[in-house]
Formats: sequence, C-alpha cells, structure tokens
Amino acid sequence: MSWESLNEIEIYCKENGCEFWQAILTGDVRENETTEEASRKKMAAAWEAMLSASEDYNPENFSASGLVGDDGEKMRAHAESGRGLLGGFAGEVMTEALKMGECNACMKRIVAAPTAGACGVLPSVLIPLSRRGVSEGDILNAMYVAAGIGQVIAERAYIAGASGGCQAEIGTAAAMTAGALVYIKGGSTDMIVNSVAMALKNMMGLVCDPVAGLVEVPCVKRNVAGAMTALSSADMALAGITSRIPADEVIDAMKEVGDKMHPDFKETARGGVANTKTGIRLKEEILGVKM
Amino acid sequence: MNIFDIIGPIMVGPSSSHTAGAVKIGQMVRALLDAQPKQAEIWLHGSFAETGKGHGTELALVAGLLGMGPDDMRIPHSMKHAEEAGMEVVIDRMNIADAHPNTALIRVCDKDGDELEVQACSIGGGRIQVNKIDGLRVNCSGEVPTLIIRNSDRPGMVAEVTAALARHNINIAQMMLFRNKKGEDAVMVVETDQKIPSQEIAAIHDQDGILRVTYIGQEDE
Ligand code: SF4
Repeated sequence: MSWESLNEIEIYCKENGCEFWQAILTGDVRENETTEEASRKKMAAAWEAMLSASEDYNPENFSASGLVGDDGEKMRAHAESGRGLLGGFAGEVMTEALKMGECNACMKRIVAAPTAGACGVLPSVLIPLSRRGVSEGDILNAMYVAAGIGQVIAERAYIAGASGGCQAEIGTAAAMTAGALVYIKGGSTDMIVNSVAMALKNMMGLVCDPVAGLVEVPCVKRNVAGAMTALSSADMALAGITSRIPADEVIDAMKEVGDKMHPDFKETARGGVANTKTGIRLKEEILGVKM
Repeated sequence: MNIFDIIGPIMVGPSSSHTAGAVKIGQMVRALLDAQPKQAEIWLHGSFAETGKGHGTELALVAGLLGMGPDDMRIPHSMKHAEEAGMEVVIDRMNIADAHPNTALIRVCDKDGDELEVQACSIGGGRIQVNKIDGLRVNCSGEVPTLIIRNSDRPGMVAEVTAALARHNINIAQMMLFRNKKGEDAVMVVETDQKIPSQEIAAIHDQDGILRVTYIGQEDE
C-alpha cells in the first residue's frame, strides 16, 4: 500500500494507536510482502551508507568540472571556530549537507533521498543528531517518517527536478527532513504533518537551474537551504505553530506550481543561474562547446 | 513509489538518470549478451552526449557492462577495470532520431564473436527502458522478471512459450511482440509476476525456432 495522503496516514495512526513511523513500516511490509526485520535491515543499510559517505568526504577531491569539492571543509572550519551565526548544531548540519552534496558530485557513493541531487538534506541532520546520542533505532524510525512523507509527495506531486523544479527535489527533501526532526524531538503525528506543510511552503517555486546541467551549482548549496528550512519548520511545528493550509493541499499546490513552471526551469539548464553570463561561460568551459 | 526508492537507491553519484541509470543500461546490455563483452562501442545521444562527461555517464555505462551495480565504488575507475578485463571500449556521440534525451546505443560482442546492439534510455530516478535490440523496436524496463526471446517468425511460437510458462504456474503480466518484417526474426518480451526457474528458461530455449533467450531476473533484495 502506497500512501496517498498525509491525512490517510494520520487517520491510520489514530485508528491503530500507532506512531507515524510504524504506519510506514507496516505499509512497507504489506506492500512488498516482506518482514519488519528485513525492512529495517534495508533501512539500516541506507543509514550505514550515509555515515560512510560522510566519512569518505575528502576536501582534496573535486568534481570532474572542478566547480565543487572543498566547501564542506570550509564550513566545518568556520563552524568549529565558533564564529558561526547559527551556532554549533546548525553549523554541523550545514557542514554535513555540503559534504554530502560534494561527495555526490565527486562520484562517491551516497543515498538518494529522494534524489541524488538532494542527498545531503536528510543525513545532514541525522548525522549530527546521532553524534549527540540519538539511538540508531530512533534514527531508523525517523527515516521511515521521512520515507513516508516522500512517498506521499511522489504520489500526489513529484520528486524530480526535471518534473517539478527544485521545489520537488530539495523541497521534498526539506519536508521529509522536517518530519524526521519532529519525530526525533518527540513531536506528535500532527506536528510532523504541520512541519511538512511549512517546509514545502517555504520552498515553493524553487526552480531547477543546474549550471551546465551538472548536479553541482546550485545543487550542493541548495542542500544547505533545504536543511535550514527543515530545521526551522520542525522548530515551528514543535512550538505548536500550525500551517493554515493543510499539508496535503500544500503538496497539491506544489504540483500546480510545478505543472505551470516553464520547461527552462526544469533541469534543462536553460534558465535561472544556468542562464546567467557566468553560468553560460562555465558551461562552455566545462563542456567544451560554444553556445 | 516504494519507500526504498524514496530513501535510496544507494548509488554512486552524481545523477540517478545520468549515472545510476547508465550503469543499469550497461548491466542490461551485459545480461542480454549473456557474457562478458570483449568489445563495446558506445554512442551517446542528447543530454547523455552533452553532459555525460560531467555526470560520469561513460564511466557508468562501462561499469555496467563489466557487471558492476549502481552502488559499486569502482565506477569512477571503470575504464581501468575494462582494460584489466580485456574489454575494448570506443565511445562517440550520435544523434539518434526520435530518441529520449538520455539515450545510449551500444554494440557489443563477446569472445566467441556473438554480437548484439541495444538502444536504451534512462528515464529518471535510475529507471531505464530498452528501446531496440538489434534494430528491432522493443519496450522493456527490467523492473519485473522479464524474458526476452528472439525467435524466427513462424506460427505457433507464442503458444509454445505461453504453454511452457503456464505449466509452471507462472503468470504473464504483459507480453509484447515485435518484428520488423513478416517472416523475419522477431522478439518476444514477456513480463511475469513470478520469477522463472532456470530449468524452464532452458526448456524454452530448446524449442525449435528459438534463437536466443535472455532472462532479466529481479534485483535481489
Ligand atoms: S537545481 Fe535541479 S539538479 Fe540541482 S538539486 Fe535542485 S532539482 Fe536537483
């Protein structure tokens, strides 16, 4: 069973007296005719892969284009110097988001969540939380929460930049991550759903405009934007702030915006920062062609 | 969508369409050839040709031909592994009419001189579609258990294959027949609900008029 709305998940949780993550785990077991144990093992493998990708980061490795590689290290140094505006935890989150985005661009192994371009958002919060003592069990539960949110968004709208712009990719990652954070911080199912609505609203309209068509600029730094939106949306939800527009309707609105979005802003590299004077020059240099 | 398509796949970056999908195309070609290719000529079309370098598309296709999966850390060094495996690789660009922007045309041959030409495209999220086998238009994704059967075009072939599957209680989800001209070789693509045991595949292979049988099993869990 694939979830068609967040509301459906909320109702299921209420009727069965279970938590959000349990609903998603049960759904997976039923849909894929598997066992809870096998499902959790798969999720644990994804978590392991996230951790090893973060460890694999090397600021001396640059992408084939040479555009990205050492920003994660710069951020780490800045955050650890104590001069960061956002403080320790957020500094670590930003560092991890950059590192993961750069690992992806450098052809290292990552976990798409929901896509490779947005692979940094979810681990960027999970890794610092696990360093602070959140148990692996809770991390995996949070990943189920995130997966369920992504599933609903994929069902009602889309999760690929080529289909709906970056709002669908980084925006979805932010919504998934917000929900994961609310879970870890002990928030209710209702709070999880509200955090999704707020994260998606705050990412709405974001275009997909990768320079030279590569998953590097602006993608790596967009992972930071997604992570920051997830943090703030989760905090708002945990504070008891609710979204005036229900989450499922926000998802539908995201789809409407994606449908109406010009094709130049859907991964074609013909609009946005890809289409700036510098973006075009970089493309010519990297691809060795004259536009 | 499966939750492990949302959190996952675990893959070598940077792009699910241009890298992970390209690996799968290579794997598919290898499976269809049913051997380690000795030579591989690869033509890239559209966005694969334009941005392939930056996405490691060429490395990914070669990795797949060598039998690596999308999460294999050796993908960035696949050219070196190809050399070690004695696989000759030539890569070029080609504009293919009416093809999806992420398309590759791959011609391979194995050590016995068996040749195969496959046109396939990467349709996003690491999913792929085979469009042509030896110039014959086909349509298959390899996401479900799939039998690809090349046979001579004569009456009764379809019935023989379906009867063989029925004997083993294998349910056919979809069956497609492709041929260029009446009387020429044809391709049958049979997608099934259950996995197909190897002895059954061999039995189909042994029937008259069957030229080649390839089974694309489901990825193991
Ligand atoms: S700009 Fe496009 S390619 Fe880059 S992260 Fe956003 S959606 Fe993905």
